[in-house]
Amino acid sequence: MTCEEAEVLIHALIDGELDAGHAREVEAHVEGCAHCAALMKEYQEIRQAIAESDLRYKAPLELRRKIEKSLPQPQAQAAPTRRSVLRGFALGSAVSAMAATGLVAIVLRNDDEQRIENEVVSAHLRSLQAGHLTDVISTDQHTVKPWFNGKLDVSPPVIDLTAQGFTLIGGRLDYVNAREIGAVVYKRRQHVINLFVAQTANTERKTAKISTLQGFNIRRWSDRGLNYWAVSDLGADELSEFGDKFEGAMRANKEG
Amino acid sequence: MVVNASQDDPEKARRFREAALPYLDDAYTLARYLLRDAADAEDAVQECYLRAYKHFDSYRGPAMKPWLFAILRNVCRAEYARRKTAPTAVEELPEGGEQTPLWNEAPETPEKQLLRRFDGETVRKLVAALAEPFRETFVLREIQNLSYREIADVAAVPVGTVMSRLARARAMLRSAWLAEQEQAK
Repeated sequence: MTCEEAEVLIHALIDGELDAGHAREVEAHVEGCAHCAALMKEYQEIRQAIAESDLRYKAPLELRRKIEKSLPQPQAQAAPTRRSVLRGFALGSAVSAMAATGLVAIVLRNDDEQRIENEVVSAHLRSLQAGHLTDVISTDQHTVKPWFNGKLDVSPPVIDLTAQGFTLIGGRLDYVNAREIGAVVYKRRQHVINLFVAQTANTERKTAKISTLQGFNIRRWSDRGLNYWAVSDLGADELSEFGDKFEGAMRANKEG
Repeated sequence: MVVNASQDDPEKARRFREAALPYLDDAYTLARYLLRDAADAEDAVQECYLRAYKHFDSYRGPAMKPWLFAILRNVCRAEYARRKTAPTAVEELPEGGEQTPLWNEAPETPEKQLLRRFDGETVRKLVAALAEPFRETFVLREIQNLSYREIADVAAVPVGTVMSRLARARAMLRSAWLAEQEQAK
């Protein structure tokens, strides 16, 4: 093998794209050729340096929003069913009052809940990719909460639960049900908990419900006009504990 | 059938969201390196997702990521054509460019000491400075982790061309790296 050939093939060798026979030939050449051996070492170093640098870009949220908008919207929003319209009436003046103040009324049907749980798990999975977990990194609730101001039509409650064994690590804007949503991120040991918070027209308190989807546990509840979804690979017992601690701290805040 | 289409759309949109949206950052990253402009990259990715959705019915593979990339690459090529002044457009590269012997590219004897490490910003700059189509091949391999076969499909060239482009890309990057290192001394 000539150096000319080797200088092309060492790349395929580094990338693991050569079959065993060719790989042996290139390795044999590199062993007997100081020039090619040194080159290969440098290319490996560059490759390593590239792998360790963050060369990726994060798509702007505005772009995600534009693409979402260009796709047909979920059926429930495009054409409300008779039942959901009736339920809207049943909610009565509370909804009208909120509609009047510009709040968006969303009436959830059961299959919507299922679909949204799917989306929430997808958002959780996305967040676990390198560099996607947090837009604002801070263990200080007084840094994370103001960060959401002006980015969403509702400011998600941010509560420090470090003393209760759940470390606040930051916040993020995400996209669920074709709209922007706040995600507050906690950790217990190595497990990430995403707490998604969205506004709802329904101010009725709904007690927690645990479900499992694609191996993730979801604890869903509603309180004072906000829907919550806590998603994690934590066991159902520990995720329930998280939700209980969170709700407990919310009540304490309200009373205090 | 219009009636059926309207009933299928939300379901199709849901499947498309789940299949394609997780690759939004990957697509945006590729567009940034291909077009070297943030606003153009955004437009290209949006157009790519529109086209992908339109053709989603006929999508049977390959993997979603290379499929999206092939669409995105076509969108970016249209953008090159629009920027008539761009001297580095793929179409305008003389065929012989790829056959230039490697040793003309990097004549220096490889240095014994470790290569200097640069911060991410500097490395991005070095990669962005690579000429097309070497930049494209390099980004698909090193940043997007595509196999040679997948890169060949995205760029619509034989695997052998992917190999030689990648060799050239790394040789050019190495030269630029050493030059940057020299300058930083």
